[in-house]
Amino acid sequence: MKTKIVDIGMNHETAPIELRECLAAGPESTGRILSALRGLSCIREGMFLSTCNRIEVLFTSDREAEAKEAVLSLMSALGELPRDTLSGRFYSLEGMDAVKHIFRIASSLDSMVVGEPQILGQIKEAYRRATQERTSGVIVNRLMHRAFHVAKRIRTETGICSSAVSVSYAAVELAKKIFHSLDGKNVLLIGAGEMAELAARHLVNNGITSMSVANRTFERAVDVAARFEARAVSFDEIAGEIVDADIVICSTASPEPVITFEQIKTSLRKRRNRPLFFIDIAVPRDVEPRVNKLANVYVYDIDDLKGVIALNVEQRKREAVRAERIVQEEVFKFAQWLNTLSVVPTIVALQEKADAIVQAELKKSYNLLGHLTDTQKGAVQVLARSIAEKVLNDPILFLKGKAERDAGDTYLDVARRLFNLDSNRGEKYGSESDDH
Amino acid sequence: MRSPWFFLALLFDLLATGGYIVYLIKQEKWVSRASCLILFIGFVFHTVFLCVQYAALGTAPVLDLKSAFSFFSWCVVLVFLVFHLKFRIMVLGSFVAPFAAFLMIISSAMPWAAGPVKPIFKSIWLTVHVTTIFLGNGLFAITFVAAIMYLIQERQIKRKRFGSFYSRLPSLATLDSINHYALICGFPFLTLGMITGSIYAQVALGSYWQWDPKEVWSLVTWLFYAALLHERLTVGWRGRRAAVMSIVCFCILLFTFVGATLWVKGYHDFTSIGTGGA
Repeated sequence: MKTKIVDIGMNHETAPIELRECLAAGPESTGRILSALRGLSCIREGMFLSTCNRIEVLFTSDREAEAKEAVLSLMSALGELPRDTLSGRFYSLEGMDAVKHIFRIASSLDSMVVGEPQILGQIKEAYRRATQERTSGVIVNRLMHRAFHVAKRIRTETGICSSAVSVSYAAVELAKKIFHSLDGKNVLLIGAGEMAELAARHLVNNGITSMSVANRTFERAVDVAARFEARAVSFDEIAGEIVDADIVICSTASPEPVITFEQIKTSLRKRRNRPLFFIDIAVPRDVEPRVNKLANVYVYDIDDLKGVIALNVEQRKREAVRAERIVQEEVFKFAQWLNTLSVVPTIVALQEKADAIVQAELKKSYNLLGHLTDTQKGAVQVLARSIAEKVLNDPILFLKGKAERDAGDTYLDVARRLFNLDSNRGEKYGSESDDH
Repeated sequence: MRSPWFFLALLFDLLATGGYIVYLIKQEKWVSRASCLILFIGFVFHTVFLCVQYAALGTAPVLDLKSAFSFFSWCVVLVFLVFHLKFRIMVLGSFVAPFAAFLMIISSAMPWAAGPVKPIFKSIWLTVHVTTIFLGNGLFAITFVAAIMYLIQERQIKRKRFGSFYSRLPSLATLDSINHYALICGFPFLTLGMITGSIYAQVALGSYWQWDPKEVWSLVTWLFYAALLHERLTVGWRGRRAAVMSIVCFCILLFTFVGATLWVKGYHDFTSIGTGGA
């Protein structure tokens, strides 16, 4: 009878990457899933979230067992996988557990990298699709808005998102602590590995506009440069390029250091001592460690960066405890709201019943009263209505007040029986009152 | 001459210092805003105090060491408030406010001088000389504070060990540019202060330059700051070296201000020119 919130999903902990790949849905299959959800009679509202790390189907239903089966069939059809492979991988959460799960996802507490910021954008997009496909309703709307609110609270009230936990992000953060702003800074990429490209991509996203790429094989340099709208330079030009560079990312496979102490020392004067930041992600290292001793030169190798990250991960774990408390608080608030929602049908039924009685009795009275002017008729109508409303006022307030309590259901039940709201003789209110 | 305005200024400076220290620990934005407001209120009280003093003495209230410290503190806060408008770096206050309060505490610990003011001090040149010198000092105090912050932050980044200051302090570039701006603004004030000082000496004592110890030390300070400015502008000195140098310069400046006054006798010596002095 009562509508339940259910979440069926799997994440990086319950399912291996191979399985998640099969189910990773593009925009068009998201649309298909949503329209399938809309088509199911056992599902009232629904939403579908698919990222590379997780799949979640959130829905509300009166018949949750049937709905769960239907959703699992949908998933197996989406991944073209047999049902048995899936069933063990999916978790299914109901009621406040599902609400808590959604809040934790939105605030990135359930992510592989706790605190990573992308998930909120993804979940917002998923919700946008659901509203577009008109699969969301009162409960899902409210749930998602609360989820965004929780995510924002956690972001501002805890330090969970404040520190870098990936190598390239850590490098960007450090660069900002040295240069303040990355606008107008020059980046030199020496060697063009995948990691270096990732770091460069992060820098570009943070305002770097000028970049040069140097590589042993010039073709590869040209290749990478094209992707970043950068200049390709030959390996021999590095010494000259360093004079203009502010940030140098090294990732060559060279067994010998590419950047030497003497080389940098001589370039310092030409650089007018502008700060120089080396991000050395090559193993073995490309930059002589001694270079770090030079004034205004900062060298971070891969271990240093990992050290920064390890510290941040520790900090995030501490912050996560505070974040969980916020989630708990908000789940409680949501539960309260949901309970008040459960009173609404009863109140509406009460008002409808009263209205029907008023109408029926008015009809009878008009016959007895003979001819009345329109004003008189109106006055009688107002009289009857306000009596009914005044009588119902206290019971309604009482029900609303009790809704937030656990015992709310009992009072609802009593109220429905007391006012006989669940009988099928709804249309016969008038004749009923005749009998008494 | 006791004044309630002085104690109000001292009280608010101390309150602001407390607030800024809380901000340093708690990192709540409103705390720093409140502290800044308190500091400003203290500054207003201090300004009132200086005006009252000026009216009473008929000249700038800097004739004894007590007043000089209080005026120094006023200049530091003035410069900080102006810098705050430009750079909006909240944490700067956590370093400047304690310094300003420290100067006020020293000032408050000294005895109030009383007595008639000798006519030679009632010269506009004295007011101009003292005001420019102390505004320069205030700006140099900012370079000093920014240099200390720079060294703390730089050490953490160089050593790759991040303490609680790492996230609280601004970037190296910001700290360096505060240092740079304060130096560029402070140097002309110092120069102007010395020139007007010598004009005042000519007017009052009949000689531009007397090899008085304070004059000599001021010249030394000026030369050091000139060297720092020169290196910054031509060679492109910056960062750690510039920070260390500005700390050295400021120490010389403090010695000139206090040391040359207390330990070396000369006509700048406050006991001889003080209101109650000979």
